[in-house]
Amino acid sequence: MFPFCFEWMWDMSHMVFMGGLWYALTIIGLGMTFCIGKAFYDTFLDKGKDDHHH
Amino acid sequence: MDSALIPKGVKRCPTWQFALWIGAAGAVLLWGVFAMLLCWFKGLNQTNMNDSYGFALWIWADLAVIALGGGAFFTGFLRYIVGKDELKNIINYAVLIGFICYSSALLILAIDIGQPLRGWFIFWHANVHSMLTEVAFCLTCYFGVLTIEYVPLILENRQIDKVPFFHRLGHNMHEIMAVFAATGAFLSFFHQGSLGGVSGVLFGRPFGYREGIFIWPWTFFLFTWSAAACGPCFTILITKITEKITGKKLVKQNVIELLAKISGWMIGTYIIAKIIDTWYWAKVTAPEAGFNLMDFYSNNPFYGIWILVLEIVICGVVPAIILISEKGRKNPAALMTALILAVIGPCVNRWVMVLQVMAMPVLTFDNWVMYYPSWQEVATTILPVAYGVILISLSYRYLPIFPQEQELNPEA
Repeated sequence: MFPFCFEWMWDMSHMVFMGGLWYALTIIGLGMTFCIGKAFYDTFLDKGKDDHHH
Repeated sequence: MDSALIPKGVKRCPTWQFALWIGAAGAVLLWGVFAMLLCWFKGLNQTNMNDSYGFALWIWADLAVIALGGGAFFTGFLRYIVGKDELKNIINYAVLIGFICYSSALLILAIDIGQPLRGWFIFWHANVHSMLTEVAFCLTCYFGVLTIEYVPLILENRQIDKVPFFHRLGHNMHEIMAVFAATGAFLSFFHQGSLGGVSGVLFGRPFGYREGIFIWPWTFFLFTWSAAACGPCFTILITKITEKITGKKLVKQNVIELLAKISGWMIGTYIIAKIIDTWYWAKVTAPEAGFNLMDFYSNNPFYGIWILVLEIVICGVVPAIILISEKGRKNPAALMTALILAVIGPCVNRWVMVLQVMAMPVLTFDNWVMYYPSWQEVATTILPVAYGVILISLSYRYLPIFPQEQELNPEA
């Protein structure tokens, strides 16, 4: 639900619930955007092919 | 046939044997899928739920797998936030088990809502006064986090890792995994808690009702605490079962013992809080609502005081004592007993908080209402177990789940 939907009300419950949801989704979305973007960038420039995790 | 997909330096069973194993689990899975389709196409009349039991076997299974899947968020928290580096050797498996538990919970919910095509209503037409809305939000987001934690493992498959983009993507995801782990811990704290909060706020149901802080009843904190305490025990138990089936040592004993020790202290502190909560509820909260403790445990064919003893003493105090003591952790039989009891504990707790709450009469003209699940409910509850067996088998065969496997099994 977004603030421009007809059901939205500017009260504490909506702000806390929906704010929390969009906050979490934003962190997850930004994190994944960074990972995918950097992977494209590194692949394009042929960087980081010897990086290993663990 | 599939040797090119199997991780380097480890040995796996022949393909025909693996296919037989998957086939057996697949048959059970199909039975569950059939029951699931019956529920979707014919409706919830396929279940034995009724006006007394709006929550039934599925919601118990949901709460139980979510509690047991708590091993993923708590192990991730210990590994990435607290910095317990040894746990890197079991975190992959904890994530896989958490992924299975949470995807199972979402699958069960999709069956339980009866009309899955309207599942998105909870996000778009959210009831912002309901703890279950918060549970749905956090559950879905945390499943997203678990997927993000599981994807790098898939990308480490020998063949997938050869693709330059996937290799770098997996590396990048590992690099910022602490951010996802912290988000997961935050989300888990709230949805585990809100699941407990649901019964705690039922002031019309004195069996479940508890006092608390602000809007959060004590059950909110107890549910989160028990999930963090017992979830890692489920991870260790599944690891031990996997070791038994594969005939290999997969995780070093010091890693198991560290996680078991932390879990033991968590169970110990949780059970003290639970005993205080139960004592206060029996002495103050329930009498204020006109009930004595034994009103909740008598005059019915099933719910006796034994269930309280089983939950708190046998599945709470006993595993805590075993896991806290070094001797208990080092003794394989005692460790296994503690793990099994620690897994049964939250399952019993969720059962009483979901089903005994419904069974207990609250008005003078009410009687105890018993509930027996239909075969469709049982089949759809077993379905996630078969799904879990298949996903664990595939992951174990094709992905480097256990970093210490090669070292511990040099003959392979």
